[in-house]
Amino acid sequence: MSTVRVLVGTRKGAFTLTSDGKRERWEVGGPHFAGWEIYHLKGSPADPNRLYASQSSSWFGQVLQRSDDGGNTWEAVGNQFQYDGVTGTHKWYDGSQHPWEFARVWHLEPSLDDPDIVYAGVEDAAMFRTVDGGQTWREFSGLRTHDTGPSWQPGAGGLCLHTIVLDPSNPERIFAAISAAGAFRSDDAGNSWRPVNRGLRSEGIPDPDAEVGHCVHRLAMHPSRPNVLFMQKHWDVMRSDDAGESWREISGDLPTDFGFAIDVHAHEPDTVYVVPITSDSHHFVPDGKLRVYRSRAGGDEWEPLTKGLPQSNCYVNVLRDAMATDSLDSCGVYFGTSGGQVYASADAGDSWAPIVRDLPAVLSVEVQTLP
Amino acid sequence: MIRVVLPHNLRTLAGVGREVQVEVAGTATQRSVLDALEADYPPLRGTIRDVATQRRRPLVRFFACEEDLSDESPDSPLPDAVAAGNEPYLIIGAMAGG
Repeated sequence: MSTVRVLVGTRKGAFTLTSDGKRERWEVGGPHFAGWEIYHLKGSPADPNRLYASQSSSWFGQVLQRSDDGGNTWEAVGNQFQYDGVTGTHKWYDGSQHPWEFARVWHLEPSLDDPDIVYAGVEDAAMFRTVDGGQTWREFSGLRTHDTGPSWQPGAGGLCLHTIVLDPSNPERIFAAISAAGAFRSDDAGNSWRPVNRGLRSEGIPDPDAEVGHCVHRLAMHPSRPNVLFMQKHWDVMRSDDAGESWREISGDLPTDFGFAIDVHAHEPDTVYVVPITSDSHHFVPDGKLRVYRSRAGGDEWEPLTKGLPQSNCYVNVLRDAMATDSLDSCGVYFGTSGGQVYASADAGDSWAPIVRDLPAVLSVEVQTLP
Repeated sequence: MIRVVLPHNLRTLAGVGREVQVEVAGTATQRSVLDALEADYPPLRGTIRDVATQRRRPLVRFFACEEDLSDESPDSPLPDAVAAGNEPYLIIGAMAGG
């Protein structure tokens, strides 16, 4: 029987949650790297025992960890993220120009077919890649040095490249998203980039439909249909049917279209999940109710999923990298909260149960479906 | 032999206890001690000093013999008691937040 391994990054360490295919009884491993912020950890699709973790601290900086045995043991690998060439400046919160400064790795996206290749999205926004299992990292400077770079401005969490989506049908195509610059696409394996934000509208910037400046929170793709992208923007849930060339809003009947996380069902490309959050000032779920919303129509029409989730006095947030799906039949859906709960649904969202309730605040959730 | 006391998060990263000992050739300075420490424990590279600039990370402090050496020249000799191994060289995560 297949097993499932959930990789959880938190404010104070990493945890592994494992279960058999029934997904009823869970074994909790960790904390790994106790006391450190683990923004993200993820396994290689090509070798599920190869894991990478971003370990960081405001005191002690960035460390990259790698495991070759599914998370039982870890080895610190390369942590030098040097911007390539002239560093340049971007817009600061007060509107002045500010030098690009490396702060941390937000997201690690292992290659689909080579366990030694990993893409890293960092703050201040840039993309790096390793081809030697994490020992050395080199920037794809064509993104940071895009003509619009000096106009990129940090969101509340910093100027971060937080989403990397690899096109399984086209190894040359990579999507990235930056808060608060927008979505970008490379069609030459990361060397050059262009913004793909047509159709986005953001009231918080001087020109609401500008080429860049949008606070895109997350992109999601179903691997069988790589030209269709879903986006949770600061406000608005969006969809593109042409690989980002144009976007349309699909917020529909959501109670609020602010949020961070968005993901797609493993077997139904038009089944999409979001967790609406009250607003950019509140950063907790509306009405004290933790509700995942599911659309089976690729957007516009959404149903609340509440069975097993707290429906009173709940004021947690779900961050952008904190939702994932497994590939079992039926599809499992997982998310973690700022309150330290990790919830799992083994029936595509119809019902939920907490795997753990009292972890540190959850930053990221990834799932591995193991044979 | 120089005694170096590490903060908790760096102990777990390096896989060591509270205190480690490093050998330095010639005069013991903060730079030579940190160079030796990073050579002995490579995961610590970049966590105490910026790799590119070699500057102390802003929230890291260096104490010895009840003195704050954080802003002293990295090439100044360490106190005799540290160089002799009688007193440790302390690497501290600055108190900032909870």
